[in-house]
Amino acid sequence: MKVSYYPGCTLRNKAKELDRCARECAQILGFELCEIENWQCCGGAYTSSTDEIATKLSSVRALKAAGELDRPLITVCSACHNVIKRTNLAMKEEEFAGKVNAYMAQDADFTTPYGGETEVYHYLEFLRDKIGFDSVKEKVKNPLTGRKIAAYYGCLLLRPSKAMAFDDPENPTVLEDFIRALGAEPVIYPARNECCGGYVVLEDKDSAKRKSATVSESAKGHGADSIVTACPLCRYNLMKSGSELPVVYFTELLAEALGAKEAENG
Amino acid sequence: MADNKKLKEDVLAISGVNVRKCMKCGKCSGTCPSYGEMEYHPHQFVSMVESGDIEKLMQSESIYKCLSCMACVERCPRGVEPGKLVEAIRLISIRRKDANRLTPDRISELLDEDMPQQALVTAFRKYTK
Amino acid sequence: MQRIGVFVCHCGTNIAGTVDVAAVSEALKNEPGVVYSTNYQYMCSQAGQDIIKNAIAEHGLTGIVVCSCSPRMHEATFRKTAAAAGLNSYMVEIANIREQCSWVHKDMKTGTEKAIILGKAAVAKVNLNAPLTPGESPVTKRALVIGGGIAGIQTALDIADAGFPVDIVETKPTIGGKMAQLDKTFPTLDCAACILTPKMVDVAQNDKIRIFSYSEVTDVKGFVGNFDVTIKRRARYVKEDVCTGCGACTEKCPQKKIPNEFNLGMDNRRAIYIPFAQAVPKVATIDLDHCNMLKNGKCGVCAKVCAAGAIDYNAKDEYIEEKYGAIVAATGFNPISMDKFDEFAYSQSKDVITSLEFERLTNAAGPTGGKLLRPSDGEHPRTIVFVQCVGSRCDSCAQKGKEYCSKICCMYTAKHAMLTRDKYPDTDVYVFYIDVRTPGKNFDEFYRRAVEEYGVHYIKGMVGKVSPEGGKLMVQASDLIDNKQLRIEADLVVLAAAIEPDRSARPLATMLTASMDTNDFFTEAHPKLRPVESPTAGVFLSGTCQGPKDIPETVAQAGAAASKVIGLLAKDKLMGNPCVAHSDENMCNGCSTCENVCPYGAITYEEKEFRMPDRTTRIRRVARVNEAVCQGCGCCTVACMSGAMNLKGFKNEQILAEVDAICR
Repeated sequence: MKVSYYPGCTLRNKAKELDRCARECAQILGFELCEIENWQCCGGAYTSSTDEIATKLSSVRALKAAGELDRPLITVCSACHNVIKRTNLAMKEEEFAGKVNAYMAQDADFTTPYGGETEVYHYLEFLRDKIGFDSVKEKVKNPLTGRKIAAYYGCLLLRPSKAMAFDDPENPTVLEDFIRALGAEPVIYPARNECCGGYVVLEDKDSAKRKSATVSESAKGHGADSIVTACPLCRYNLMKSGSELPVVYFTELLAEALGAKEAENG
Repeated sequence: MADNKKLKEDVLAISGVNVRKCMKCGKCSGTCPSYGEMEYHPHQFVSMVESGDIEKLMQSESIYKCLSCMACVERCPRGVEPGKLVEAIRLISIRRKDANRLTPDRISELLDEDMPQQALVTAFRKYTK
Repeated sequence: MQRIGVFVCHCGTNIAGTVDVAAVSEALKNEPGVVYSTNYQYMCSQAGQDIIKNAIAEHGLTGIVVCSCSPRMHEATFRKTAAAAGLNSYMVEIANIREQCSWVHKDMKTGTEKAIILGKAAVAKVNLNAPLTPGESPVTKRALVIGGGIAGIQTALDIADAGFPVDIVETKPTIGGKMAQLDKTFPTLDCAACILTPKMVDVAQNDKIRIFSYSEVTDVKGFVGNFDVTIKRRARYVKEDVCTGCGACTEKCPQKKIPNEFNLGMDNRRAIYIPFAQAVPKVATIDLDHCNMLKNGKCGVCAKVCAAGAIDYNAKDEYIEEKYGAIVAATGFNPISMDKFDEFAYSQSKDVITSLEFERLTNAAGPTGGKLLRPSDGEHPRTIVFVQCVGSRCDSCAQKGKEYCSKICCMYTAKHAMLTRDKYPDTDVYVFYIDVRTPGKNFDEFYRRAVEEYGVHYIKGMVGKVSPEGGKLMVQASDLIDNKQLRIEADLVVLAAAIEPDRSARPLATMLTASMDTNDFFTEAHPKLRPVESPTAGVFLSGTCQGPKDIPETVAQAGAAASKVIGLLAKDKLMGNPCVAHSDENMCNGCSTCENVCPYGAITYEEKEFRMPDRTTRIRRVARVNEAVCQGCGCCTVACMSGAMNLKGFKNEQILAEVDAICR
């Protein structure tokens, strides 16, 4: 099965592991991530204001490219996912889509207008809804038995839930089910859907540090030995806040359990 | 006063928020992770927009303290979406001439070698027009 | 040709403010058949009615049109007026120029124009009206009350007190409802059981009342005065008339780990159980889903220990059919699920509970014997946070919770807070509120006592998140008066969950053809003037199935519903509605479409002999309407493909004449 893939800029630079593991594991799990051509940065943040058109064009182009191949679009980074999914929903509104398509009509390769037809999945959602965690479990070579892993959702995967439709925004289960499928024990702690401080870290390091410290302390307090995330910025903030627990990407965990790393090394 | 009226209309139009839905329960401010850093709190954004006090909000540092984490939007029992108001006011503020919060020449001092690109592009989107 | 009189009402300024009433009566003078037309300030007043009566006599009127308010308001009034003047009641037509005209228009020109058109339509219809005579039907002098909570109990007792037999159908093994689960009742703090259980005993001992517990209504046919109801009596595997309620079986049953519904799952019961000590009927019930004997034939302990020999493993569900003259819905409420509000961590911590669970935790017959202990560790909580309005007053666009105020939470939370401070003065109690709503006799005084005498901390604000950390509950909330964000380390968090109608209400409403609002509360016939009647004749409403209510209001409404039932059952015969369907047998082709669409089962078919023009006879299948059963809904007239079916008083040609008049 071939799916369109939008890696995003961070996965090309600071979060290469997140990207590499995602691709390798996909192969093991029987689907191929086909990177769309000439993708542009999503902008990192969705702007909810109704008069922001230009900032959404890069997402729409990616969605359109996937749609033209009649494939779903998969993202891995939480931020890209948030931006692209919310943009896709906005494109289902006629008035907004009309404005965006009017812009896009000036592209040299413009053919047909886009109206939010492409299906957008986060990699985790795709595993849950299309591959099935039972199938993932069957492919596990090195079960992560005995590990106590805290799933960190942050905000971008879950909120706003009406647009993201990803999981229960207050009591999510997808990452916990994922952790269980890999043979480890999920640790449920209340700060798992609280914000890490996000981009504010750029100008207010202390603010971000306070928020991230709350998260890692809550995870530790509930007995976790590591934290798993899908977001490079969450990971960065947690690490910089002095988290005593290691913070890993979910695809790294998946690669470890599926034995993808060994395959490469050996 | 007339200016504030126009500002209020702009905020309501680009945020798409209906401030009249607010029942003044304060759940947004009970939820907000940046409450302590804000001069005006989420529930005050709603009531101040309703009363047309936009200029004060635009001048306040509070608009840069919001993390856009959407917890207030998610938990509001009335569907008011205070976070979208903060965003609209910040946008109106930075769209003014020479009002960019962040300029490219400051980047190098703010960066460290581990910081993901995501932080930078997001901040640019939030802080500059 | 009819001789028609037209009477245009000003309704003070209600109509005359937006409609030029003189112009309307003048314009309608020229309509076919109209021989007299006038207008008057209040047509419904005695003087107004006299104008109508005199005109009927003086001008020999054969039909009248009253241009006034909605027929729901005064059609009956003007029909009586006409009858008093010797005119058949069904020769009266109402043109609604108030609700459908003057109230919705602002401009006099538009309003007047529309009023004239509506008047013309009514005149066109009266021209084709024919006198009708209502039939009579007998009344079955027995009432059915569906639901055995305090609402159903009070209604049944009051009906029985007037001498009429009543049956109560209750889905649970015992009557008592939610009130039986409460500890104390506001604002007087008398114990709920102490005031409820004597009423339950009265019900049990009243020879006019039968209780069908562990039962449900599965089918309702018929109409006011003559309902045919099927009741499913679920097998309880214990002979009700043999069981003495000794409880020996409930102590010996080896299945011990079944969550006890009565204590909201906070302790366990056996597979054979009596919900609580004062249950009525006081008989055991076997829970089919958990009994080993019933599931795989391995056990039989209860049968061995039962001295009375009441256990019957072979019992089957039974269906019984009964006739009733009146039906009362008293299906009650439940707290909503907290699934969509997990920011309060209800699913994540045992120490986050609902207010109903709090009632059980403080009740002497509850899981802790009445000691207020944390469900997680059995410790006494030192700091308790109450959160009001959880799931109430939500906007629909938030896609969770209910839009209405649940009404009872402010008072029961004040009660919980006060009682906690009274019994455990070392406990800090916080109540987060949006508004404190206490309109009721001695209600606000009660809330003020909680604050002033008992030192409960009332904080205007809302809890944003509850985080279970280190055996405590970190409560993050806003204090809007002090403009602060608070963090309170609590031991127990109590959520005032919104209430919603019981799930059985919706299917019941369908069976009764009773209307409901978007929240599944039963709709009353008139929100102010007929608050305990459903718009469906013979169906009455008692308690929270009609809207959120506290106990005093529920009891008052239960009594009111009973008095309406008594008024109905006191009649020997009911005047029917003559506007019923009628089939023209010469046009009927016997296709059965009408029979299939009739919601009342009023249409049957018969084989009938027809003489043909050539003097031969032919037997054809034709529809026959049982006029006593037909409610005049008109489904059949629309469905009939051959045009044979017509509704008396609303014939197709009458409706078309109205449409023609409007389009003219």
